[in-house]
Amino acid sequence: MPAWPSDPRGTPGGGPRHSDVAVIGAGPAGMSAAVVAAQAGCGVTVLDLGERPGGQYWRWGPASDDGRFHHGWTAFRGLRDSFAGHQAAGRIVHLAGHAVFHVDPPPAAGESGASPRFTVHAVAGERERGYAAVEVSAVVVATGAYERQLPIPGWTLPGVMAAGAAQALLKGSAVVAGQRVVVAGTGPFLLPVAVGLAQAGARVAAVVEANQPLGYLRQPLGLARSWRKLPEAAGYLARLARHRVPVLRRHAVVAAHGDGRLRSVTVARLDPAWAAVPGSQRTLDADVLAVGYGFIPQVELLGEAGAQLRRGPDGRTFAADADADQQTSVPGLFAAGETTGIGGADLSCLEGQVAGRAAARHCGHQVPPAGPAIGRRREALRRFGSLLDAVHPVPPGWTQWLTGDTVVCRCEEVTLARLLAAVDLGADDARSVKLLARPGMGWCQGRICGAAVAAIVAGHRRPGRPDRDDLDFPESAVSRPLAQPVPLEVLAQAAQERATGDMAGSPDHL
Amino acid sequence: MPDQPSPRPHVDISVDGIRWSVPAGSSIAAAFVASGHPGWRQTRRRAEPRGLGCGMGVCFDCLVTVNGTRGVRACLTDVREGDVITTERGSGFAGLAI
Repeated sequence: MPAWPSDPRGTPGGGPRHSDVAVIGAGPAGMSAAVVAAQAGCGVTVLDLGERPGGQYWRWGPASDDGRFHHGWTAFRGLRDSFAGHQAAGRIVHLAGHAVFHVDPPPAAGESGASPRFTVHAVAGERERGYAAVEVSAVVVATGAYERQLPIPGWTLPGVMAAGAAQALLKGSAVVAGQRVVVAGTGPFLLPVAVGLAQAGARVAAVVEANQPLGYLRQPLGLARSWRKLPEAAGYLARLARHRVPVLRRHAVVAAHGDGRLRSVTVARLDPAWAAVPGSQRTLDADVLAVGYGFIPQVELLGEAGAQLRRGPDGRTFAADADADQQTSVPGLFAAGETTGIGGADLSCLEGQVAGRAAARHCGHQVPPAGPAIGRRREALRRFGSLLDAVHPVPPGWTQWLTGDTVVCRCEEVTLARLLAAVDLGADDARSVKLLARPGMGWCQGRICGAAVAAIVAGHRRPGRPDRDDLDFPESAVSRPLAQPVPLEVLAQAAQERATGDMAGSPDHL
Repeated sequence: MPDQPSPRPHVDISVDGIRWSVPAGSSIAAAFVASGHPGWRQTRRRAEPRGLGCGMGVCFDCLVTVNGTRGVRACLTDVREGDVITTERGSGFAGLAI
């Protein structure tokens, strides 16, 4: 397939685009929601950061359109064909390269407001940036998740990347990240990443899993309900064995070394609290470290639009609360996929279908609600997600792997020593530390270091001080007025459109 | 036998004034990696090299200037024939002397 035919951005006369449903994100959940809502008769506008629909799970490009490095490729081809069909028929408008930075909900009853509908605001285009707005009756937020990273000495070296980044090079660009790769972290996602790299010709020096996933065996109930997934994991392990890739359990990469680029990593055995066992350290040569410690739901847009969030199992991340229709606490605002909690692509597709159907109903289309069988399947898949959380925890012992000059906040280049100095000055919680030492105040808006800073501060708090979970990782850390960095020129354009009356629904604070 | 990507067409781009031939249909980040350059940005405080981080537009470590637009996420943006790419030093605003 050639380049994906993204629809032209902007509207002929300027001003917002009008549609029934906006779907934010075009991964498994977003594509499913868009297709189902379009089938039900809605006009759907899909806004997505990527150049092509598929998201990170089904990231693809012209050089990787054979599914060689993908999972569930046949399902994706079917979904993509449906999506393209609706797009050709004008029922789906696909806005590629759009970074949605704010969703304005309709004003509450009795409250004055210009628009009774949602307004979705986006930075349009990564290469040439403009402003785009879409006015809709319902919004499905399917923004997925990103990988949790733990700061370690040397983790900013080129060559150290998210496991998903190494996989995206393969899936999206058919480029192998390096010649000698160590895959590390925790979670079942590490296995397909390592298999893909080995298949593509990289030498995978080791898969380093920090937990002991035999914990599955101690969860018989969850195991019985997720039987479909076990052969999958066994298959990956068999393929790793065929490529002679050692799999280390209860081990972690505790430091990365190099001179301007990664040359080697230190691997250590861990005790159950994740302290490195003294004397267990050894060095492995590597030009790539592909690392990830599970996933964090990307819920910023939901939080700022007023949807109720709940703390994840680690206490330092948030997921959106959603009802049986995937509707959040804001009527007409739906959440699907990883935004409601990490559960994988199958669950994301299912939640997307339910959300798309419910969004169509919210717009007045006659669609029966999802049946009980879908609800049961959704519950089973969610239990599997919880099981994975239970056997792949991230206990705070990792904070002892750091040294004073370890950069914790990559954007603002804040070291551990500066964080701890702020705590010693009396900053008792992560929020005060942020104000004193600036971690989390850069481009990524604290997505990469936020949970890590909270864990470090909690561990360094003087004995006897109370836990400050409310401040260490407050909901405000994930609910910002702007969910993406917005260039001033784009803000100016938004304000200008509003001033000329084109943009009735611009955020008041613009 | 490893399952090697098959031979593929290339496009010409310019990186800091030097002509590169890179695999067509790859992201700008993949083009750097495939050309043997895992790091391309230099940070503004410690002048340290950075390259691909999250690979999905979240971490902003892979920023480059593309045809005059600063702060383009290399991991999200595909290369196009004739692209003029400049690596970023410091804030990426060196030309403005701020």
